[in-house]
Amino acid sequence: MPNTVLWYTTRGAGAVTLILLSVVVILGILSTLRVQSDRWPRFLTTGLHRNLALMTLVFLALHIVTAVVDPYTNLGWAAAFIPFSSYYRTLWLGLGVISFELLLAIVVTSLVRSFIGHRAWRLIHWLTYAAWPVGVAHGMGTGTDTWSAWMLGITAACVAGVGMAIVLRLTYGSGDPLAVPRTSFRAEVDRREVR
Amino acid sequence: MTQRLNLTVDRIKCDGRGLCAELLPELIRLDDWGYPILAAGPIPEHLLPLAQRAVEDCPVLALAIRRAEAVKG
Repeated sequence: MPNTVLWYTTRGAGAVTLILLSVVVILGILSTLRVQSDRWPRFLTTGLHRNLALMTLVFLALHIVTAVVDPYTNLGWAAAFIPFSSYYRTLWLGLGVISFELLLAIVVTSLVRSFIGHRAWRLIHWLTYAAWPVGVAHGMGTGTDTWSAWMLGITAACVAGVGMAIVLRLTYGSGDPLAVPRTSFRAEVDRREVR
Repeated sequence: MTQRLNLTVDRIKCDGRGLCAELLPELIRLDDWGYPILAAGPIPEHLLPLAQRAVEDCPVLALAIRRAEAVKG
């Protein structure tokens, strides 16, 4: 029954990818908020954020490869890389492709961060806020297990976790104690450079 | 002529996130506002890997290792 193995792997890896990605997003937000304690230094948040992001990509690769090579689905490689090119659930699968490609851009630019500079990296990193919800929509829309109790629980927990982190982020802003004077200083510098 | 490696911080880029002092307390401590104070002089050989890690992990890429040539001596 190799077909069933591939099919179950696709679904399982998809669910794991959702959980990992949500944790990565939450950790990313917490690092901006400079969350720390005696037992949880700041480099732990950043380190976990990075390593779990790489792990997310591994499970995402597993999710995609097993879906494509499964002879039953007969998706083809084009469907995995070109959004909305799949005959099967065109919209929902296309969203998955978009989310995957955004994540790829985010991870690759992070790995070469010192070459492209902080500003460009940060701009691209904002795409996370597009990649995550698009990924969730893909899971909800095409997931075979979407309406099973355990998958609903996982999705709800991920959405709640990331939602709470975003609310904290919007409430507390950045954890930088000098954020306000720094912003006005930079604005002043930019203003003078433009003239 | 020996090559020495120094730790430098770009004060404009630095946001005082404080990761560097956690990763390399041997050479970096934080002032009252959370900004790094670097130990003077070249990075000791045995601390180079840790210094490299601190540079890579700086969230705003403000920390760097620079080559400085010893002029006299």
